[in-house]
Amino acid sequence: LLERPGNTTRCEDNKRSVSRDFAMNIITLIKQVPDTTDIKTDPKTGNLIREGVESIINPDDRHAIEMAVSLKERYKGKSTVVSMGPPQAIDAISEALGMGIDEGILLTDRNFGGADTWATSFTLGKAIEKVDKYDLILCGRQAIDGDTAQIGPQVAEFLGLPQLTYVMDIEDIDDTKIIVKRALVNGYERVESPLPALITVIGQLNKPRYPRVDLLINACKENARITIWNAADLKVSVQEIGLAGSLTRVMKTFSPKIKREGEMLKGDKTEVVEQLIERLTGNHLI
Amino acid sequence: MAIFIDYDLCTGCKRCEKICPYNGIEVKDGKAVVNERCTSCGVCIDTCPENAISSDVKEKEIPDFSDRKGIWVFAEQADGAIAKVTKELLGLGQLLAKDLNQEVSAVLLGNNVDHFIEELQAYGAQNVYLAQHELLSVYQTNPYTKVISEIILTNKPNIFLIGATPIGRDLAPRISMRLNLGLTADCTELSIDQEDGLLLQTRPAFGGNLMATIKTSYSRPQMATVRPGVMESKKIDTASHCEIIHVDSSLMKEDAITRVLEFVGEKKKAVSLNDAKVIVAGGRGVGSEEGLKPLFELAEALGGEVAGTRIVVEEGWLPVERQVGQTGQTVRPELYVACGISGAIQHRAGMLGSRYVIAINKDERAPIFEAADWGIVGDLHEIIPTLTHAILSRKGN
Repeated sequence: LLERPGNTTRCEDNKRSVSRDFAMNIITLIKQVPDTTDIKTDPKTGNLIREGVESIINPDDRHAIEMAVSLKERYKGKSTVVSMGPPQAIDAISEALGMGIDEGILLTDRNFGGADTWATSFTLGKAIEKVDKYDLILCGRQAIDGDTAQIGPQVAEFLGLPQLTYVMDIEDIDDTKIIVKRALVNGYERVESPLPALITVIGQLNKPRYPRVDLLINACKENARITIWNAADLKVSVQEIGLAGSLTRVMKTFSPKIKREGEMLKGDKTEVVEQLIERLTGNHLI
Repeated sequence: MAIFIDYDLCTGCKRCEKICPYNGIEVKDGKAVVNERCTSCGVCIDTCPENAISSDVKEKEIPDFSDRKGIWVFAEQADGAIAKVTKELLGLGQLLAKDLNQEVSAVLLGNNVDHFIEELQAYGAQNVYLAQHELLSVYQTNPYTKVISEIILTNKPNIFLIGATPIGRDLAPRISMRLNLGLTADCTELSIDQEDGLLLQTRPAFGGNLMATIKTSYSRPQMATVRPGVMESKKIDTASHCEIIHVDSSLMKEDAITRVLEFVGEKKKAVSLNDAKVIVAGGRGVGSEEGLKPLFELAEALGGEVAGTRIVVEEGWLPVERQVGQTGQTVRPELYVACGISGAIQHRAGMLGSRYVIAINKDERAPIFEAADWGIVGDLHEIIPTLTHAILSRKGN
């Protein structure tokens, strides 16, 4: 068996919450993203080199999965991941099942493509409405390819749920309410919310576990508990989804302007520092 | 929106049934029938050899928005003061207002917050929409969303700008879904398209590897959150008359939904990289928490702050509030000293507004040198103490 370093969560560590006898159904929204920290630019053309970039579960979403699994281990109930993406995003769902999630739903359809955050949240919201019942929806704070942090709050609004963003700790949870710590710029706040609610989590929350090999193998089998839904399954028209449903349009993209006319200072350390001091004083910086 | 079959033309050939990706059309009793799985995608239309299929689906139309006027800025408060980003946005709003010949307004929510009006005016607000209520005394998602949505529906603004702070990023998407508005996150540049008068919203995309310019043609107000620190805030020379529009909010106790139990402020002195004139930043090359010591000494000598890259924060050598870059803060100091930073694009995205940049790195091929005014190839652990010493001895003279 693999080592499972993420097996304890803060929720368990601080012993504030005790196991109670109720079922908690949790939906976790995840996204498969290119590992954008791994992307290099062609030094000659300045273009992105997209080939060979690995697809991963968005890092913040892994923390959401970890939270869902650890809550499921404490309470009865079902954990489900929902993801919208191209057919290969099923890999992200399989990995989530490998981490201990019960079921996955993949929303895939050519007409979902090109969606902005409004159209994405609309589609995810429609899918969640189709899922039986839930007490808690978990999301990562933001995805590393878009960095918008908009999906969580937009889905919460679509479903008419309270939202708790930037959650760094779950202090207590029972069948009617949840108490969390939310990270703010200059500290944190403790907030109580009724359930069901939607939470977006940040990396401080926990340490995600590795997938278990046996679960991962099961998740890749044909009878794995993964459902695939398209636009017709969600009863949405193509005018409401994807690029057609989006309220924003990308007009152009370009490489960021970051070059300066750099001057390299040469010599031993005393010489380079002398030259630097000269330039700093010359420009009234010291 | 629907797909129609002309039964006089339909021959029941089943071509449409085969091509439909949704099983939304089937042939029954020799004629095609559209069922509830149809999404109006229109794939079947072109495949019909008899032209028996038609649709009333039209290209998305742009409604008439000519009555939408005014550039609004959400007035965020932090620690009993107007947030710096709000002042930056009021400045930005004035630039946009000039191109559009429209007025700049601030939207101020709170409880006993009249004293902020003068400051908002000083930074360029010509109107202040003021809503005061007990439930608005600290930011809470639902009461703020409710009141602002009501003000927008009544007053029909053209543009609404919100700081991309934790509060702004909690609030803006909520409003966007409630009122079905397009929203662009974390913009670093805004301007007006001279041809159609629309707001051009530029933001880093794809993890900062690309910049994208976005338009919101289909909804009003055009809504964007804007990164703190990408604009300078400036008091206006002569504040004109400022009109205050009092808003009666229909808030009730149940509107709060969530309840803030306690706010716990960080004990340590708040780091404000945004206000720092000098930033000394470390990357992987500092090697350890101990390796940051010379950076702190240099920062002290220069009267600046110490910052770090994502790696440095992930290693735990510096706290997250000192992170500069795509996932951290955007800074624009007078002087940025990059020490042992290779210069990944995600990091450069956060510091390219710096006036002058010094780069010190062992690797002469490090991309950071392309973003620097002055580069030194060498060991930061030797060069920085020498530099600190030289600065201190100059001061001593």
